[in-house]
Parts: sequence; C-alpha cells; structure tokens
Amino acid sequence: MILGVQSIADFLAGITEAIAPGKGLQYVLAAVIHAVLLVHAFALSPAVFIWLERKVAGRIQDRLGPTRVGGLFGWLQSLADGIKLVQKEDLCPPAADSLLFRSAPYFVCVASFAAFMVLPFSHGWVAVAADCGLFIILAILSLEVFGIIMAGYSSGSKWSLFGGMREAAQMVSYEIPLAICALVPVIAAGSLNLGEIGGMQRGGIQNWFIFHNPFAFIAFFVYFVVATASCKRAPFDLAEAESELVGGFHTEYSGIRWSFFFMGEYASMFAVCGIASILFLGGWNTGIPPLDDALYAARNAGAAGQGSVIVGYLANVLGLLVFVSKASLGVFVQIWLRWTLPRLRIDQVMTTCLKYLTPISCFLFLGATLWPLLLATAAQRSTWTPEALGVRAAAEIRESAAATAVPAAAAAQPVAGSAVQARLDATTEGAVQ
Amino acid sequence: MSSALMLSAAAAPGGSVLFVIFALAACLCAVAVVAAQTVVRMAFWLVLSLGSTAALFFLADADFVGAAQLLIYVGGTLVLLVFGVMLTASGPYLKIATSPGEIILGAVVALLFLCVVVASISGVSWPEPQVADAGALQTTAGNTLRPLGLAFLGTRPDQDLADGDQLSPGYLLPFEIVSIHLLVVLIGAAYLARAKRRAVGT
Amino acid sequence: MSLSAYLLVGAVLFVCGIVCMATKRNGIGVLMGVELVLNGANVNFVAFSKYTQLGLDGQIISLFVIVLAAAEAAVALAIALNFYNNHLTIDVDRASKLKG
Repeated sequence: MILGVQSIADFLAGITEAIAPGKGLQYVLAAVIHAVLLVHAFALSPAVFIWLERKVAGRIQDRLGPTRVGGLFGWLQSLADGIKLVQKEDLCPPAADSLLFRSAPYFVCVASFAAFMVLPFSHGWVAVAADCGLFIILAILSLEVFGIIMAGYSSGSKWSLFGGMREAAQMVSYEIPLAICALVPVIAAGSLNLGEIGGMQRGGIQNWFIFHNPFAFIAFFVYFVVATASCKRAPFDLAEAESELVGGFHTEYSGIRWSFFFMGEYASMFAVCGIASILFLGGWNTGIPPLDDALYAARNAGAAGQGSVIVGYLANVLGLLVFVSKASLGVFVQIWLRWTLPRLRIDQVMTTCLKYLTPISCFLFLGATLWPLLLATAAQRSTWTPEALGVRAAAEIRESAAATAVPAAAAAQPVAGSAVQARLDATTEGAVQ
Repeated sequence: MSSALMLSAAAAPGGSVLFVIFALAACLCAVAVVAAQTVVRMAFWLVLSLGSTAALFFLADADFVGAAQLLIYVGGTLVLLVFGVMLTASGPYLKIATSPGEIILGAVVALLFLCVVVASISGVSWPEPQVADAGALQTTAGNTLRPLGLAFLGTRPDQDLADGDQLSPGYLLPFEIVSIHLLVVLIGAAYLARAKRRAVGT
Repeated sequence: MSLSAYLLVGAVLFVCGIVCMATKRNGIGVLMGVELVLNGANVNFVAFSKYTQLGLDGQIISLFVIVLAAAEAAVALAIALNFYNNHLTIDVDRASKLKG
C-alpha cells in the first residue's frame, strides 16, 4: 500500500485515463513497474554478492581482495567485470547443439528470477500475493535443473556432460529435504502464503518460527545446509570443481552467457536465504516487541490514510532493510562456508542427501506435526509463548483475506444469513485453529 | 504492493492476451515435439510446452495445480525422461530422418484427427457454473489452496450439499492409494532398471 | 479465454501426443507422446473445473493425473532402460522378437 492509495492500479488510473480509457493500460503499466523493480533486485544482488564474495574470500585468505576499481574497497569491481564480460566474443563450440547451448542460460536465469515474484520484501510488498507462494517458489526453483542439463549435454564436451549430470543429480536429490524442511514452519503457521507467514512472526523474537518448537530450530540449520547444496555452493560445488572438471557444465561458456549462470546462482542464493529468513527468522520483523508494534501501527495508519502516509511508507522501508539484511547475512554465511570447508566428493554429496538429510527432514516433519499434541497433553497449551500462535495466525489470515478481497465478488456474495456463507465462516474459523 | 491488481489473471484485461500467448506456445511447442529431429530437442520442446500448460493453469485460476505441474511434471517426470534419454543414447545427436511423403501423410492424418476431436467438442453445450457459490468461496480467484485441502478432507463449502449431507466422501483414500502406488511403482522401476552386465554389441 | 479455447488447446496437445506415439521410432519419444496426451487431458479437466459445475473436483482429478503420470513414466522408462541394456538399442522397430 504505497503512498496511501489502494493500489498502484488506482494510482495509475488517474494518469492513464487520459491516455487510454479502460483497465488495460494501467494493468500493463503496473505489471511493468513490478517487473522493473524485481529486475533491479535480481540484477543488483549478484553484483553486490560477487563483490562481497571476493572481499570475504580475500580476508579469509589473509589478503585484501579488490581494492582499486571505484575507490578504496573496489566498489565498482562487479561493474567492471560485467562490462568486460559483455564485450567478449560470443562463442558456440562447433560440436555443440546450438539451440540448446544458447538457450540453457536463460532457463537458469528465468527460474531464478521468477522466484522473486512471490517473495515478499516487506509487509504487503509482494508482486504476486499467491496463497501457495512457497509451493510456487519450490516449483520454480526446481526448473533450474533443466538449464544445467541442457548446458551440460549440449556443450558437446565430456567435461560438461559429466559436470552437468552430476549437478543435475545433486540438485534433484536435494529438492526433497529442501521441501520437507521448508514445510516444518508451514505446519506451525498453517499457511503457504509467505506474506502471512512473515506477518505471524510479528511482536517479538519469541514469535519467530525458529523458536516455535525444537524441530523447527533444527530444521532451520538443515534447511540452510540443503539450500547451500541446491545453490551448487561449496562444499557441494561439484559442478564448478575447477580442479576436477575444468568448469563442469559451464566449461564451454564464456562472456555474457557465463555470467547469466552466475547471476542465476547468486540471485537464487539471495532468494533461498530470503525464504529462510521469512520462514524461520521473522522476515521483515525486527524482533523487538515495541518496535514491531509501532511499525505495524504506523504502516496500517498510513495505508488507511489516518496517520502520516510518509511515516507508514518509511515503516515498510525499515522492514525491507531488515529483510534484506537478514537474507544478506545468510548469503555471507554461505560465502564464509565456501572458503572454509573442503569440497565433498559426489558420492559423499549423494550420501549426505539420501542417507542423512532426507531421514532427518522426515523425522523433523513428523516431530513438528506431533508437537502441538505433545504440548496439549503435557502442558494444556498449544504454543509455549504467552500469545498462542493460532490467535496470531487467525488475525493474519483474516487480514490477508480482507486485503485481497475482490470487490466484484463482494457484490456477488450471498446474503450473510445463507447456509453457504455460514458454513464458509465456520470452516474458515476451524481452518485457522 | 498491488495484490488487488493480480486478482484474477483471467478476468484482468490482459488475461486474454496472455492466454493467447501461452496457448500458442503450448500448441506450437507440442507440434515441435513431433517435428524435432533429435530426442534431446524433443525433450526441450516438451519442457516448453508443459511450462506453457502450467501458465495456462495459472490463468484458469488453478494456482496449486499449476505449481504442482511445474514441480512434479516438469521438474520431476521430464528430468527423469531426460536422464533416460542420456542413458539410452546410441550416438552423438543421432538424427531421425523421415521422408517428405511420410511427413505429409502424418500431417494429414493429424489434421483429420484434430477435426474429428474439435467437431465432437463443439457439438456439446456445457452447463454453466453457479456463479454465486464460486464467488462466495474464494476471496481471490486462484487461491485454491484452502478449498482444495478442505475438499480432500470432505468439507465442501463450494457446494450446496443437502442439510443432512454436510460432508462429501473426501479424497483422502484415493490420495493414500496413489501415494502407495507411486512408492511401489518407483521401487519396482528402480529394481527393473538396475545396472546389469550390458549385452555385448551385435 | 472461453471454454472452447481451452478445449481446443487440449485437443491440439492430445493430437500431437497421439501422432508422436504413432510415428516415433525412439522409445523415449513415444513416452513423450504419452506425456502430451496426459497434459491435454489435464488442460481439459482444469478448463471444466473453471467453466462448468465441476468445480474443485476437476483440479483434484488433475492433481491425481499428474502424480499417476509420474508413476507411469517411471515404469515405462525402466522398461526402456531394461530393453536398452539387453539389446543396446532403443528403436521400437527392433523390438520384434515376439513377432509371429
């Protein structure tokens, strides 16, 4: 809810009515605005994180990293690298299947970018507020495997084929514990909508899902390890194992095509760390109870037009900064891991996933499902915090349903006393408890 | 941001343009699957076709089914198919050559079959949905997650069941049967396809 | 946008799948035809779920179709791999040992 108006569409309606009547143009403009903002997020995160990686790698290895380009800390090193990569020759090996070779980087990039579509950056700041947002993200992240397979196969080189097949096997296997561990906080929350999940963790650090039950606590660390593996980061980076496979699936790629793979990788690192922070670490909530409540009140007042609109907007911006810093902290830990731990062999990678992480995830899933029953029988409560999760969840789901209500459907609603409406209210109440 | 804008992708004014784009993509990529020369290119076009079908599902207000299509079908079944292609490759980029006569014959038969199917579809007048109940259930069209979950359990707020008949049988038993079926099938397939001593080439 | 448009898309996918099954010599190619047929049916189910009284049942059935298609593809692929291990070819025209 930006600038106190109902939606970007209404804001644009006043402008576009003069140009072209009807909702078509404002719909397209709103979609373009969302896409441009997300492209900025998608493109800036690799630029910043590649620079961060080089500085952190340098410090861990007792050297400085980039220091020359653009000032004292090499701020513009990523920009210089990008310019260098863009002006390189566009090679396609003669033995390669050229259609697949040229289109493989776009699979990876598009899959990575589309995950940003349902990722909420702050309260209400999400491009598509889908009810099954987490499911959509898991589905889209599983499309990256195709880019890897196509790249490895179509390069026409045995190093690429080996690297591509190993990498595809690793990514496909690690999707299972990723999904199961991501479901552990969903069991507590009762919703797959990432906006609702983030909103339920408002009010203090004790409300964060990582502290909701011991299984969720362990699930956060398992999720983080699995997310590192699914992003092909060390110690799971067989695909880029320079000492073994030359370059793995991207051996034959150079210039801007190579950089598409790495944009996709760093952007999906940010995306999975963002998902971890929403699911486990409270998302855009600061964790300090009075500050959380003050920000929530400020943004609601601003949206409803009762308080200061600018203060409400700034409250959302503060939430955005908190979210980005939590996700960046996750990426920093992933970079730290890369330069600290030795690489695993492919059989060790597959053993870790199939023999250790998948059974652990299933055990955590089962434990998280039985936890409320355990608490209810042992302590006659459903959540160990003073305010039960069900109360917060119910409030959040009702608010999210009201925010996305269709005005036309409201007109078509049957009258309040009808049997269908009564049953609908009863089942909604029952579903949120 | 403007979640109110993405209410129903189909009802939005750009919805029919998006539908035409994704329907054309699905159909043309399906034709490309038939026409492709190498098996890996067939897999590539099939991925694009099924991805466009998933987009059509999103446009038809079936978000969960669209995401399930992407996750299970494209991300699982097609990856399995591509692995199968790699494991049974008999030579680099082996091309399947068809003569022009066979191509024309195949195209004619396909078009005739399509005409038969389309004629049988257009001859039926399909019953209209009951708008009131459909609107009552979903505050935003496409948010089918909770209604699907409730339908699996047997409570159907979207249907005006008779008063003594509050529950439908639900879909939990078929879901369990399909899960166990999938488990048994995958164990059997893994056993059947285990690596054995390969036959000496003829 | 209307029901007929969705049904037409489903019909085209179905016909392409049938032609693929009938004309491809590669066993995996035949499997891809089967996937196209199942997807055509899924598009029909989802379209009926939206535009007729079928409601949520259509989406539930399409979920089951997706899962069962995965199971069927796994079995068919296992058979194809077994055949390849024994005969070193995946050409369906060469699978003629039981021919009378």
